[in-house]
Amino acid sequence: MAIHDSRSDRAYYLVNYLVLGIFCALVLYPLIYVLSASFSDATAIANNEVYLWPVGFSTQAYQAIWASPRLLIGFGNSVLYTVTAALIGTTLTVLAGYVASREELPFRRVIVVFFLLPTLISAGIVPLYIVIKQMDLLDTRWAIILPTAMSMFQVIITRTFYQINVPKELVEAGRVDGANDFSMFFRIALPLSKPIIAVNLLFYGLAQWNDWFNAFLYTSNPDLSPLQFVLQQLLAESSVSPSMMGSGDVAAILAKKELFDKLKYAMIVVAMVPPLIAYPFVQKHFVKGALIGAVK
Amino acid sequence: MTATQLPQLTPAAAVVNVEKRRGRNKGQYRSQLPLRTRMARSWQLYVLVIPPVIFALLFLYWPMYGLQLAFKNYNITKGITGSPWAGTRYVEQFINSYLFWPVLKNTLILSFYSLVATFPLPIILALLLNTVRRSKFKKAVQMITYAPHFISTVIVVGIIFMLFSPSSGVVNVAIQALFGQTVDFVSAGWFRHTYVWSGAWQQMGFAAIIYLAALAGIDPELHEAARVDGAGVLRRIWHIDVPGILPVMITLLILSMGNILSSDFTKILLMQNNNNLGTSQVIDTYSYQIAFRSAIPQYSYATAIGLFKSIISFVLLMTVNFLSKKITKNSLF
Repeated sequence: MAIHDSRSDRAYYLVNYLVLGIFCALVLYPLIYVLSASFSDATAIANNEVYLWPVGFSTQAYQAIWASPRLLIGFGNSVLYTVTAALIGTTLTVLAGYVASREELPFRRVIVVFFLLPTLISAGIVPLYIVIKQMDLLDTRWAIILPTAMSMFQVIITRTFYQINVPKELVEAGRVDGANDFSMFFRIALPLSKPIIAVNLLFYGLAQWNDWFNAFLYTSNPDLSPLQFVLQQLLAESSVSPSMMGSGDVAAILAKKELFDKLKYAMIVVAMVPPLIAYPFVQKHFVKGALIGAVK
Repeated sequence: MTATQLPQLTPAAAVVNVEKRRGRNKGQYRSQLPLRTRMARSWQLYVLVIPPVIFALLFLYWPMYGLQLAFKNYNITKGITGSPWAGTRYVEQFINSYLFWPVLKNTLILSFYSLVATFPLPIILALLLNTVRRSKFKKAVQMITYAPHFISTVIVVGIIFMLFSPSSGVVNVAIQALFGQTVDFVSAGWFRHTYVWSGAWQQMGFAAIIYLAALAGIDPELHEAARVDGAGVLRRIWHIDVPGILPVMITLLILSMGNILSSDFTKILLMQNNNNLGTSQVIDTYSYQIAFRSAIPQYSYATAIGLFKSIISFVLLMTVNFLSKKITKNSLF
């Protein structure tokens, strides 16, 4: 570029990099600390010797987690719920979004308002709890997945996607060729929907993986608990009760409070890592989801 | 894409836009065929929408119908419809309760504090990022600052408890070394700050996405011209970037005003303890406590408390919608 930076501009860029660097450090520090602490010596954590990098090195906490049936069951449950919720949520959302996008449909506006209205008037948790109870869903796996299975904001995003990518002209052309609405949807709209399906699968999958509240409110059977709920219960404990870990052997090791702290760090890592590993690969889809209204 | 088109970026703003387009097409199909024929011809679309409609009826509309419990004496065996009416007894009970004003105050303070503190941060981050010329550095910063968005509430609260613990947390170790005393970050006095700023940590990066997209839409020639005229980078930010994203800022501000009361209920619940109830008890958590944590579950009273939030939120949303219609000619409905 022909024009050189002025001195004040150079100062700005310096400050800019500095501030952004501080932002990143603030975001990263807690995450790195948790990771380091989970690999550090239990005594080093207790003596507050860990600041950034692991002090000593042991995978003891992870071995304890591996040996704990409760956490493994939680992990398995979470995977099951995440996959199911992603599939159910995406199916419902794509159907609602597609139909709500068809301009030629009589009473389309009624359908749109029908899906929008609940975002304006929230019933709150008590009526929802009573409804779940009346449906006899308490203490079932469905109670963990269904109450939050569909997000109306995702419906809006999906509808916008179809308005842009399956325009009226395309539908009219299909009609001329004799396609009915089923074949329009399955043969034309769905093959064009890969990006929006990806956005929805990831949104619902992540939300379900990270959810603990449904399990907390609607279930009491520990065999149904997802990982986040197991984690929440264990983090709330100040000392380990052997029954929590479900194995006498592990409990013996964990009797020490210092190891329990370390174990907490390791559990946080185990629950946090799957989305964070997936995240660099799926990031662009989330960004797409956040921006889809802008695609024109 | 120009900067002025960008309010359409958010989902809700997209609705505004689409509804406007719909208005333009009004009547286009109306004249062609009789309603019945058109409905009969589209029966397959109605079939496709049945599953999501059933879902919405069961999990969204049935609970809405259940809101009437606020005016009934809930009886487990009689269900929502069969329970006898109780009039406004429970609503009055809440208004006359000694906790009414403290809880209302906590709800409002936490919400407004959260909005005021966290609204400008993504804007600042986006403006700073936008002037970074090394794309690798820019990508790295984005990557890092988005990350907390993917971490669950349980984990965030867990990290707060572990790192900020007065007895063994690394933050308090540092504070003690510097000031000779420790700080209890989830005490009544600190609860709001901890809640709000950890929320900023969680959402700042991800919220910046929309602003970054808006900034990317600003014509680079404006910057070139200003540069040739000798404008420094700060002046260009102030006179080109900020006005360029102003419409997006206003739209998002309106939207967050409308959502202001829907604070992160589960996060507050997780951070709550008996010592910080004085500042952490909000309408949602109080309703939860009455329903699920009292000796005898008082579902009707809890519904009446929850109803308060629904009503205040709805009124706020309508007011904000009205104001935005006047000021920006944009509205949600």
